[in-house]
Amino acid sequence: MRLRSLWLVGGILLLSACGSVPEEGGAASSATYPGSQTSGIEQQQNDRGVSTAVGVAQPGTQEDLVANIGDRVYFGFDRHDLSPEARQKVEEWAQWLQQYPSLSVTIEGHADERGTREYNLALGERRAISVRDYLSALGVPPSRMRTISYGKERPAVLGSNEDAWAQNRRAVLVVD
Amino acid sequence: MRRLRFSPVASRFCGCIALALLLIGSFRVETARAELRIDITRGQVEPIPIAIAPFTGSDVGTSDVGRDIADVVSADLERSGLFRPISRGAFIQQPETIEEAGPRFADWRAINAQALVSGSVERQPDGRLQAKFRLWDVFAEQQMTGLAYFTQPANWRRVAHIIADAIYKRITGEDGYFDSRIVYVSESGPAQRRVKRLAIMDQDGANHQYLTDGSYLVLTPRFSPTLQEITYLSYDQGAPRVHVLNIDTKQREVLGQFPGMTFAPRFAPDGQSVIMSMSRDGNSDIYSMDLRTRALRRLTNHPGIDTSPSYSPDGSQIVFNSDRGGSQQLYVMNANGGDVRRISYGDGRYATPVWSPRGDLIAFTKLLQGRFAIGVMRPDGSGERILSESYHEEGPTWAPNGRVLMFFRQTPSDSRGTSRSGLYSVDVTGSNLREVPTPAGASDPAWSPLSP
Repeated sequence: MRLRSLWLVGGILLLSACGSVPEEGGAASSATYPGSQTSGIEQQQNDRGVSTAVGVAQPGTQEDLVANIGDRVYFGFDRHDLSPEARQKVEEWAQWLQQYPSLSVTIEGHADERGTREYNLALGERRAISVRDYLSALGVPPSRMRTISYGKERPAVLGSNEDAWAQNRRAVLVVD
Repeated sequence: MRRLRFSPVASRFCGCIALALLLIGSFRVETARAELRIDITRGQVEPIPIAIAPFTGSDVGTSDVGRDIADVVSADLERSGLFRPISRGAFIQQPETIEEAGPRFADWRAINAQALVSGSVERQPDGRLQAKFRLWDVFAEQQMTGLAYFTQPANWRRVAHIIADAIYKRITGEDGYFDSRIVYVSESGPAQRRVKRLAIMDQDGANHQYLTDGSYLVLTPRFSPTLQEITYLSYDQGAPRVHVLNIDTKQREVLGQFPGMTFAPRFAPDGQSVIMSMSRDGNSDIYSMDLRTRALRRLTNHPGIDTSPSYSPDGSQIVFNSDRGGSQQLYVMNANGGDVRRISYGDGRYATPVWSPRGDLIAFTKLLQGRFAIGVMRPDGSGERILSESYHEEGPTWAPNGRVLMFFRQTPSDSRGTSRSGLYSVDVTGSNLREVPTPAGASDPAWSPLSP
């Protein structure tokens, strides 16, 4: 009984968190990262610091992925299941990866700052594996994918607010 | 100043510190009145006013060392929150005359000292120093203890910490913790590309040195209970894996090559094995690895996240945190993985449990209503007490005497996205919260055992 009500609260949290999850896809402008205005952080870079040159991306590169599909999906607080939006994104990734069968990728799992370090490492790992497993189910060979968790060590966005946290609870597809 | 005690020669020498320890006889013995004593279990005790005279020397060199030793002893005792060192400017009796003729207790009562520490430093024919000290009960007018140590001149700070430990023990009845070190993660740079390095220092911040160069991410270092070794999480091979580092030789080695992430390591009390989490297909369970045979043993087998394991000091039980019940809570199991039982039942989530070296308490991080706290509870989950609370604090570690905790605290990001992380210590009673100064940002502290 106690457990049920906890899950109910979790569900409500998830819903409200989803409401603030940034809209994904489209061009890799600052509009991809709504938090960037409030945090004042230049977001023309992905997690590896690769500049996103809109419009000149070579097909099958990280720049291409970022510019034309988007390289990340978002998760609810303390969740690792894929939302409908995240599933749609992963499906686009699967199609994109089918186009470039020689590519291998790393899936990075990340958490927001509101957890303890070791737990967040495990949570980031779960998120990366959720993406890997769905890509695998969609036909991407597991041999082309590796996963890594950064826990809360590599936030995409600085800030101690719901908007920043929502953008940091993410999995990122990185072309090796 | 480089410590010499890590080479084999120095280790033997360090043994000499203890071996050469002498009990010094009293100047006088009088009928005792109520003995000077602090009950540190009560918390928020009024600090004892203590006069710590500069140790006298026979020449300029030994006089300087004598003053430095008194300074370190004074700082140790002050930081404990149990003592209030009296300014030397107020002293009436000159330190030299204490050594020659004993204290004039009326002079020390006049400046409200309840305890007095006096001592001397002498150079030996073989080049070593002999440091002697006496602790006096000013009201009872008698010596409480007196000890002498022989040491190489470079080792004077350690002798000062050992003297502070002896004073602490004589007055509180508990072992001290001043002759110990802290390993932690030094942080610099912006949060998105934070540079993290392993660093080690004496518990008072002296002898600070970096153990890694910051070219790869390191997290959660923990001391071996028996050797000059640290186990920690490192990304130096690209993927997060548990490593062991020898502090003396700086040699490091990954603990096993597994397909999944290994993390959250901690030594067993006998130092012969490491307990840690390993992730397989996204599921984290707890394993122990024998350091000699490298045999791996699985201790939990559950779809939930099982992590942050810590042994009881007798090695018979393990506390860990798991979300197997729906949210992160603390569980205790037998060392073989059997008889798992939940111990945390308060509001909120519980994480990073660490068993006290005394065995009587488990320290933890608590997450409640968007804030973080450090607390303690008994191993059966009863008697929960919160010691400190803020926007974000995490990762308690015990002083070797089980009476003081250290942890790290992180401020929320300001408008420019900057947040600061630093170390703090607090008594197990919740009093005497202090920031521990470090050269840069700091997190993940781990307290060493008392130095060998």
